[in-house]
Amino acid sequence: MPKLHELAHCRAGDKGDTSILSLIAYRAEDYPLLAERVTVDAVRRHLQGIVLGEVTRYELPGLWALQFVCARTLNGGVTTSLALDAHGKSLSYALLEMNV
Amino acid sequence: MRETLRIGAGAGFSGDRLEPAAVLAERGRIQYLVLECLGERTVALAQLRKRQDPARGYDPLLERRIELLLPLLRRHGVRLITNMGAANPIAAADAIIAIARTRKTPIRVAVVTGDDVLAKIEPGELTLETQAPIAKYGELVSANAYLGAAALLPALQSGADIVITGRVADPSLFVAPMVHEYGWQLDDVDRLARGTSIGHLLECAGQLCGGYFAEPGRKDVPDMAHLGFPYADVDADGSATLGKVERTGGCITLATAKEQLLYEVTDPFGYVTPDVVADFSTVTMREAGPDRIDVRGATGKARPAKLKVSVGYLAGYVGEGEISYGGANALARARLAGDIIRERLDREFPDLRIDLIGSTSLHGKSFDPAEQPYEVRLRVAARAPTPEHASLVGEEVEALYTNGPAGGGGTRKYVREQVGIVSTLIERERVPTKVILREWSRDAQAA
Repeated sequence: MPKLHELAHCRAGDKGDTSILSLIAYRAEDYPLLAERVTVDAVRRHLQGIVLGEVTRYELPGLWALQFVCARTLNGGVTTSLALDAHGKSLSYALLEMNV
Repeated sequence: MRETLRIGAGAGFSGDRLEPAAVLAERGRIQYLVLECLGERTVALAQLRKRQDPARGYDPLLERRIELLLPLLRRHGVRLITNMGAANPIAAADAIIAIARTRKTPIRVAVVTGDDVLAKIEPGELTLETQAPIAKYGELVSANAYLGAAALLPALQSGADIVITGRVADPSLFVAPMVHEYGWQLDDVDRLARGTSIGHLLECAGQLCGGYFAEPGRKDVPDMAHLGFPYADVDADGSATLGKVERTGGCITLATAKEQLLYEVTDPFGYVTPDVVADFSTVTMREAGPDRIDVRGATGKARPAKLKVSVGYLAGYVGEGEISYGGANALARARLAGDIIRERLDREFPDLRIDLIGSTSLHGKSFDPAEQPYEVRLRVAARAPTPEHASLVGEEVEALYTNGPAGGGGTRKYVREQVGIVSTLIERERVPTKVILREWSRDAQAA
């Protein structure tokens, strides 16, 4: 079972309390596998305790990408969070720890 | 009309490196240089500085950036667009004029005002985040509407060398020169959407060129110590080719461009700016050469009826303390230290947060079941109503030197003020904008 890290790269962004994780396949041929395995449920399970709100997934086959918009993830929001990584910049690599 | 228009991105946030903008101005053959320096919270912090001194409240690096760029703009015929005005764009323009006078460099600066809507915000208005009234959050320090490209057009038409603004939607800083140079109609949604996709790709500067991207062995980026910042060659249709100055570090690839296109986008099918609602799902990218990527195909829908306003409020103080443990049982000793702190501070600080840096501070847990870090740093953070109260956190952590587990070293303590941000909407009619000109010329000096 390969790690997501071997198949895709990821960048984390933030808007308020929402973390946005852009997951992009290195190769076009791996995109269908990502679309099949990296479901909303799988992401919710994997990031349990980190993502507390709803997860929305957007499919962007033209970019070989899935966009995950994760509500209630940044401890109430970047500007008032007590977390060390208030922006959740490092969450991209938490997602890439997933086994697919 | 121009054949192509080259716009460079010389800064992606307030604290960004200084010299990449100078490289773009000097060797980039750009017509416009955009410096995006205003984060969500930056304008609220600037408002606090303006309260202390009415002549401040603009970007703290403004003078250093302008000192560096002023001679280059003139020599290479580059126009500068920047939101470094922050909470006080007029004072920023005056500061630029003062530099021009000292250097005897003729300059015309256009200031865009109108984004500051603090006086117009009703405390009963509901926030987009929680639907709670704004008044519930605490004392308001700032409220700034996100202006669109239209607000910058009179400034560009004035012939100003430098356009300085407060809050403007980041991509709109780039869309404005496209609209100005190509005469796009403000309801030409597909051109505006394509321009917006290009502006969005450029707005974080180095993040398009391998910054926030590199991973050794898998996503290698050359010469990051001298990362080049990007430009776009935009055609009259809004399609563009991304590139960077030769012999600078970094790289622009399909992978860096895709990551940046999707960065912070909460809906790739409907990216909302004051200018347009852009669909990025239709964007196509193609490698056009080394460090050159063609980008086209974004489509648009009509702009939103209202403007987004970001509201800053005083959110109290945060006290922090840190201490490190290394060697055998480091994790257990750090945990013991955390337990001691929790027992002593729990009642007084209901929001107490305890992190183990090197183990679980970033993701709340370790995904590695066999993890046994050689060294661990305990971090404690808590919110407090006053700085005095907040300082107790660091004091307690420091006291672990002589009262805590074995081998604790390297304590640090911090207290900082927190400014929170929430957003709301405002009718466009309630946000009239204005352009004010400031000028220095040799004639003015003679007169």
